[in-house]
Amino acid sequence: MDPTHTAATRTATRTPPGAGVSGSDRPRLARHVRLTFCRTRQRKILLHPETVVVLNASGADILELCDGRHTVTEIVTELGARYQNVPEDEVRQFLTRLVARRWVEVTDG
Amino acid sequence: MDSPFGLLAELTYRCPLACPYCSNPLNMAGYQDELATDEWRRVLVEASDLGVLQCHLSGGEPLLRRDLVEIVADAHDLGLYTNLITSALGLSRPRAEQLRAAGLDHVQISIQADEPTVSDRIAGIPSFQRKIEAMGVVKELGWPLTMNVVLHRHNIDRVADVLALAEEVGADRVELANTQYYGWAWRNRDALLPSRAQLEAAEVVVRAARERLRERMDVIYVIPDYYSRYPKPCMGGWASRQLTVTPNGDVLPCPAAQPLPLPRASVREDPLERIWAEAPVMTAFRGTDWMPEPCRSCYRRELDFGGCRCQAFLLTGDAARTDPVCCLSPDHDLVARAVEAANSDSSEDLPLVPRPHRAGLPPVTRPRPGRPGRRSSPC
Repeated sequence: MDPTHTAATRTATRTPPGAGVSGSDRPRLARHVRLTFCRTRQRKILLHPETVVVLNASGADILELCDGRHTVTEIVTELGARYQNVPEDEVRQFLTRLVARRWVEVTDG
Repeated sequence: MDSPFGLLAELTYRCPLACPYCSNPLNMAGYQDELATDEWRRVLVEASDLGVLQCHLSGGEPLLRRDLVEIVADAHDLGLYTNLITSALGLSRPRAEQLRAAGLDHVQISIQADEPTVSDRIAGIPSFQRKIEAMGVVKELGWPLTMNVVLHRHNIDRVADVLALAEEVGADRVELANTQYYGWAWRNRDALLPSRAQLEAAEVVVRAARERLRERMDVIYVIPDYYSRYPKPCMGGWASRQLTVTPNGDVLPCPAAQPLPLPRASVREDPLERIWAEAPVMTAFRGTDWMPEPCRSCYRRELDFGGCRCQAFLLTGDAARTDPVCCLSPDHDLVARAVEAANSDSSEDLPLVPRPHRAGLPPVTRPRPGRPGRRSSPC
């Protein structure tokens, strides 16, 4: 086989966080990324061709609302109904990091 | 012991290509009794139960399996993320449409260089044009496309053109991976190892391209460990995150461990769960207890896990030694000498041994520039 696949030290592209996502952006998962539930680990998982991210509860809740319909502000409001304290800055930073890795895409307004 | 995240399903070692850097084992004759469709189905179920989330379908050329669509559908139905790693020979539009309908998530297509003469010479058969066409089909069907390019002495100087090709075909990701020396690549190591000057020039190009393409394409660059100070954290640790099932059902912690002198474990004889937990091939180097010095007392032991067991075995004959790539290894001279040879004038034009298409068959004669190569039948 093509040995690019064997695990090695990889240095992936890092996009520096730019302006970040805004409240009116409508985030959605990139088409090559999948959100799933792992029975063995009893956790929500984000899957990418070569990466697996085991999500914490709030991260999973945010990503489930990244459906291209909810705006970031709406996601924060929705989470506010589930958690006592939802700092909008932190949600925006979380999504900005995922956008920089091209796991989440945003459309405006 | 954690659950594995990924299964590398090596469906066959047969391949229409004859790349001299192939990581498949030299004794391909030992792997001809391939698992049947229902055996793969059972492996996928057992892997999923074990916690596997990603299924990488590879080979050899996985498209040579007539039941590939069924295997993809089974993996997809189990909720696995499916990734096809292919030469693209045999990826016709109808076959691609069937795979898309079966739920295949992602396609990685290898190419050997940025233009047909060099690419076809390295692949051993005319294939460049068909690969470009298949990349177009992948994009049209709405898959994300990863272009895989293995870098070595004979193509690394072309890395700027390789990146331009990736851009031209609309790749979403490009993996530029310096050759790792296992299988046929190990056999051809001295002819494949680039010089330091070649690597430095390539790294400048890659850095600039990343900056320029950062909005459009992921550029992944796998560094050549022979030129590193410390070894790679191979597989994230032995039998820690991944497992490989070979075409005949042997279970290994990685796709290069076939030659290691460890007792065989096979899905034909034992459930995957028991193999993962108990088989000597999995437990031999799991964790840090097996480590000799200098690893045992090294602050990096949980960072690189002592490097690669297969590389230690190939270079020293003992899989339990520190990876000789490490500058702290007592065997580091073995790597330093190979690097020195690659940087001397005498290393030019060493012959490359192409891997055979399958066990027992010599590969077709390597075409030379200006001479038409023999066409092999499409898969």
